[in-house]
Amino acid sequence: MFGLTALELARIQFGFTISAHIIFPATTIGLASYLAVLEGLWLWKKDTTYRDLYHFWSHIFAVNFAMGVVSGIVMAYQFGTNWSHYSAFAGTITGPLLSYEVLTAFFLEAGFLGVMLFGWNKVGPGLHFVATIMVAIGTLISATWILASNSWMQTPQGFEILNGRVVPIDWLKVIFNPSFPYRLAHMTVAAYLAVALFVGASGAWHLLKRRDTPAVRTMLSMAMWMVLIVTPVQIAIGDQHGLVDLKYQPAKIAAVEGHWENKPGESLPLILFGWPDMAAETTRYALQVPHLGSIVLTHSWTDQIRGLKDFNPEDRPNSTIVFWTFRVMVGLGFLMLLLGVWGAWARWHNRLYQSKIFLRFAVLMGPTGLIAILAGWLTTEIGRQPWVVYGVMRTKDAVSNHSALELSITLIVFIVMYVAVFGTGIRYMLALVAKGPQPQGEHPPEPEGQGGRPARPLSAVPDRIDPAIDLRGGTRR
Amino acid sequence: MGIDLPVIWAVIIGFGLMMYVVMDGFDLGIGILFPFIRDRGDRDTMVNTVAPVWDGNETWLVLGGATLMGVFPLAYSVLLSALYIPIFFMLAGLIWRGVAFEFRFKADEAHRPFWDKAFAWGSYIATFSQGVVLGAFINGFKVTGVSYDGGSFDWLSPFSLFTGVGLIVAYALLGCTWLIMKTEGELQHRLKALAPPVTLVLVATIVIVSVWTPLTHPSIATRWFSFPNIIIFSPVPVLVVVTTWVMMRVLRNETHASPFLLALLLLFLGYTGLAISLWPNIIPPAISIREAAGPPESMGFTLVGALFVIPFILAYTAMSYYVFRGKVRAGEGYH
Repeated sequence: MFGLTALELARIQFGFTISAHIIFPATTIGLASYLAVLEGLWLWKKDTTYRDLYHFWSHIFAVNFAMGVVSGIVMAYQFGTNWSHYSAFAGTITGPLLSYEVLTAFFLEAGFLGVMLFGWNKVGPGLHFVATIMVAIGTLISATWILASNSWMQTPQGFEILNGRVVPIDWLKVIFNPSFPYRLAHMTVAAYLAVALFVGASGAWHLLKRRDTPAVRTMLSMAMWMVLIVTPVQIAIGDQHGLVDLKYQPAKIAAVEGHWENKPGESLPLILFGWPDMAAETTRYALQVPHLGSIVLTHSWTDQIRGLKDFNPEDRPNSTIVFWTFRVMVGLGFLMLLLGVWGAWARWHNRLYQSKIFLRFAVLMGPTGLIAILAGWLTTEIGRQPWVVYGVMRTKDAVSNHSALELSITLIVFIVMYVAVFGTGIRYMLALVAKGPQPQGEHPPEPEGQGGRPARPLSAVPDRIDPAIDLRGGTRR
Repeated sequence: MGIDLPVIWAVIIGFGLMMYVVMDGFDLGIGILFPFIRDRGDRDTMVNTVAPVWDGNETWLVLGGATLMGVFPLAYSVLLSALYIPIFFMLAGLIWRGVAFEFRFKADEAHRPFWDKAFAWGSYIATFSQGVVLGAFINGFKVTGVSYDGGSFDWLSPFSLFTGVGLIVAYALLGCTWLIMKTEGELQHRLKALAPPVTLVLVATIVIVSVWTPLTHPSIATRWFSFPNIIIFSPVPVLVVVTTWVMMRVLRNETHASPFLLALLLLFLGYTGLAISLWPNIIPPAISIREAAGPPESMGFTLVGALFVIPFILAYTAMSYYVFRGKVRAGEGYH
């Protein structure tokens, strides 16, 4: 398809299925903690606004959780179907870590999710709060396993190679590998930020629609505090993450910066924009700021980093792509910073809920957290190339022996199916958001026919749904 | 001798696979029966019988994939790459069915038939693909060194297509007998009429597979028909005959749970027969669980978590089934 090789198609397929998956768990992580905070505030302050918001966002959480489960099934098999040589070589490490993630997820689902989604009228407020907190902690533990697994592929340690396969010799070293703490912090905070932006955009949208209720105001207010405080923290974590990458994966950083070679004694400029050309080994149209590269990457005035020309051509990641995915992520990060500061300024002048232009900006920023997460993942994963396990196994040696035709067909089916399935799910979530938080009594109405029994996540949501595609051929209502 | 990790893990994964086949089997069976039950109210009742429990069933599928990678990485790598296309269709079918299941409750009247069709199609595709995987598994894989060395379509054979259809029949029987247990009145009556022919077709399928397999695989023929195995293993076919006979009798009478239990027994016997044919190979025809096993560091590490959590999953599953025991009546939903 489009002259792509089987290896490229396999990478696109994995990238597509995991990107489609990742937005759901990231939202789950952020929403779970947000719900725990809302419930805590309700129990502490006894302000019904928090309770109404809890019920509102728990419905969206339920749909999102279900989407995450469904899209996750595919991931448990893609390693074997598409990356069989990787699985045979390093399944000994990835497999157990993923198993622990699955076990954690099910432990959480079996124990606490049911209470959280269906137990409001059945258990005491304290116990319900504990269930919500446990769900939030569970999502963080799940993230820990997944990121340990991914970080090990980026900065592998704690293993030896026996008979052509990886044998873990020290699980603590495997899990707590050098890039893991930074990646975990960066991803968790990214999930929080993404949900804050989404919640804030929802609040701003309702205010623009003249639905000015205390719950809507609280939504926007909490989100803007979060964006204001967390964005600088995230930028600091990202900076530290970059320094770890520079130490362990210098070629990735060189590619991200579009930096080809050092001139003796010259400091490193920061290329703001440009077009890294892999064939010509240069970054065209570079718009650069002198010294800034040295300051950002080495925290000094003149120190240099290795350029792409210091690596053999077959060891270089694609600079054209990661240069831009990185700038999308960082650019959005600075827009988030702007949003947070603008929000604080508007709040200072009592304009937070009235300033139309600010509210429109907040709505536009709604999806940017998730976009930044995807851009960041593309940067770190494509920047790891040509390695699947950095410095240990090349991606081209990891891929299964499928033809380009096979992979093209399965990729197209995946794309069509995901658009239909997850498109419907996302539309459904957005429709729920558009309804807005509703004031509810002490005991919110039971989902129909619930009868005091545990059920599935989506059962918690009473609203109707429309498919993203309509195969009836008739007109849509 | 210490702890024999490969055997323990083979038992856990074998058990998990059986749990999956049994539990997802009957709810896939409900999708398979959709074309035979056209009334919307009846369809709602059918789906409601599994609504509270179905998504837990896929627990075993995801857990199976992840643990297989960790403890038998060679099997995970060879089987999944060799079976790429049928596994892809299985996943596609399961996703379709899973979301259709949820969305049909949420859809308005106009969209409902769309999700009903998606539910039935997804169930057929997923089941057929699983059956094809089973047939291809019995046929074995071409392995050189540590990787699959066959073609993209080696899984495709008359035998695997036959087992694909066979599994549809098996799940249809599981679904049918499950519904006999969970419904009443006119719907139950219709299902009871449907069960005997499905049972007979299934037994015919089992007989054909049991003849076809040893004919094409001399090693499996030796396993079954050499002395003293032929005597040790003889209870399996004898029990199949007895179970079928009992099933046909109970279906004539007022009955509730017994057909489902008999269908489970029938499936369990088929599973046992398969295990006898293939043990101790995890990649037929020649790679055993020991050869495919990961290092003890990986198997032991994963075992700790599995032994801690699997009892919870089992207890939770048992509790769900206990809470939702009894008949489901029309219009009485959990959704």
